Amino acid sequence: MRTLLCLTLMLSFVSTTPAKTIRVGETEIFKTITSALKKASDGDTILVFGGFYKEGNIIIEKSISLIGIDMPVIDGDKKVEILSIHADYVTLKGFKIQRSGHASIGDPAGVKVYDSKHVRILDNYFYDNFFSIYIQRSKHCIVKNNRVVSLGVDEQEIGNGIHCWKSDSLLIIGNYLSGNRDGIYFEFVTHSVIWRNISENNTRYGLHFMFSHNDSYFTNIFRNNGAGVAVMYTKHVTMMNNTFIENWGDAAYGLLLKEISDSYIYNNRFINNTSAIFLDGANRIIVEKNLFKSNGWGMKIQANGMDNVITKNNFIRNTFDISTNGSLVLSTFDENYWDRYEGYDLNKDQIGDVPYRPLSLFSVIVETNPPAMLLYRSFMVSLLDKSERILPSLTPDNFIDNIPLMRPLPL
Amino acid sequence: MIRIIKFVILDIIKNKIVLAYTLLLAIFAWSAFSLEDTSAKGVLSLLNIILLIVPLVSVLFTTIYIYNSAEFVELLTSQPIKRNKIWISLFIGLSGSMAIAFFLGAGVPLFIYTEPSLSLIMVSIGMLISLVFVSLAFLSASITRDKAKGIGMSIMLWLYFALLFDALVLFLLFQLSDYPIEKMMIGITATSPIDLARILILLHLDVSAMMGYTGAIFKKFFGSAEGMVIAFFLLTLWVAIPYYISLRIFKRKDL
Repeated sequence: MRTLLCLTLMLSFVSTTPAKTIRVGETEIFKTITSALKKASDGDTILVFGGFYKEGNIIIEKSISLIGIDMPVIDGDKKVEILSIHADYVTLKGFKIQRSGHASIGDPAGVKVYDSKHVRILDNYFYDNFFSIYIQRSKHCIVKNNRVVSLGVDEQEIGNGIHCWKSDSLLIIGNYLSGNRDGIYFEFVTHSVIWRNISENNTRYGLHFMFSHNDSYFTNIFRNNGAGVAVMYTKHVTMMNNTFIENWGDAAYGLLLKEISDSYIYNNRFINNTSAIFLDGANRIIVEKNLFKSNGWGMKIQANGMDNVITKNNFIRNTFDISTNGSLVLSTFDENYWDRYEGYDLNKDQIGDVPYRPLSLFSVIVETNPPAMLLYRSFMVSLLDKSERILPSLTPDNFIDNIPLMRPLPL
Repeated sequence: MIRIIKFVILDIIKNKIVLAYTLLLAIFAWSAFSLEDTSAKGVLSLLNIILLIVPLVSVLFTTIYIYNSAEFVELLTSQPIKRNKIWISLFIGLSGSMAIAFFLGAGVPLFIYTEPSLSLIMVSIGMLISLVFVSLAFLSASITRDKAKGIGMSIMLWLYFALLFDALVLFLLFQLSDYPIEKMMIGITATSPIDLARILILLHLDVSAMMGYTGAIFKKFFGSAEGMVIAFFLLTLWVAIPYYISLRIFKRKDL
């Protein structure tokens, strides 16, 4: 009876303690975020008013909401990690977080989330940090509407924009990333969604996946990154409605797929990339309803993959639609639109009556001997290509679209 | 000198072949642009015209014209006019009319259908290529007095630059594929005006692919303003040097 009474008393005590709101600012009682954090308890809200806060490493170990009003600046003075979150249910909103320390041991970040759940990082502006947002061993976190700008010039001297490691169920939504090493980096991250982000001018990849299974990314824009987007050693990735533009360079790809299987690439737009998609060791991938326009290479398919289905895509104005490095073809290429197709359609069913061979002889030559690119569009080369199309001798003869479309698909 | 140029140009216009050539280019160009659904394909058809037809017509017409005007030239040399003035007037008359023919025939639709930077480069390259092959024709016509030999030489030159050269380069590429030959290849392309022209246009048409592995090197060279200037300079050399050699031969020639 007594214990029960005790319990009821305790419960009523807990429930009657109201969540406090603590104000931090130059004219408030608390002048620093650190002092406010000391006073706060779980469930409190700390409002930080506009100003400049340079407090070294701020450690958050309580489940609080830290909300900036009029974009207060938290500065790391290029020495420390600025915010370290060690608690569940933390919300961080509306700050400008700048100048974190730079170091390759410890990887200091603008905000680092350690082993936590349900952390939300919203509407912040990260400027000139080493890593900007770093999430490790965490679950159910949301990173939304942040602007992450770093000033990376060299790959070795800058960290990633949003770096996630060994986490699960993350949502990365509506962020803008530029000047980082990798815009978004996933390693051992599962069941996560990347949606509506813009990642551009990063020194390495716009988006980088390693060993991250069962993830999806939708409606992102990856523009002018050092090497495009890389998805490596991963299963069950869904990539939809993304735009890959102007990823130019000798080792740049719109989308680099290495050791990927069982993934789905649907309704993406690849425009003006050196190589739109590079498939290396890719198995059971469906590439459907994508637009490949004005790329150097539409798809580079290495012969070490199998059972890939490339169907219902538009290939328009690419220098080479497809190239490969071997003679083994274990993928299918049916029902695409190729703007180079020169066949006819007598029964008017919008399907060409002659199969199309997307692999030109010259693309095979360039694959083995890159300087041959110099001869592209020379009369000799066109002649060779034409004769090869009619009578394939060097290119694999099962590299073929049996159902070439006469008109581009409305994508 | 201006009077001689006037004579030459009037004679060429009377001849009507250059007019027909202009018309032909115009029909080609307009149909290429209006038949294809994208202007990019029209540009490609025009590229082939620049690389094949323009050199052929320029070199053949000029060679034959020079042989046919041998008597006119003889007559002029009997007058108190310097020989290099005669030769340069002939050159200006011929190259001017070929370049203008290209400009009117292919240049106008190019300017209308494609973006300004690309059309500017294609038109200037097309005109330069006309000049290069007029100049080569002067060379072959001055080397020998035998008409058949001279025309044959012109055709050979055209065959070599338009077809054979690329085959040779491809062969070389395969033979030397184990060596770092990218830089050497840039040097080799300089030895063919048609290749120079093709690569300059290619850098505008297939930027994405040219940005690839070796492309980066070519892009660095040809794509930069400096490289463009060098490439155009090389093309002008291809006009100047054959003409200069032919002039020296003509000056000493016993007509």
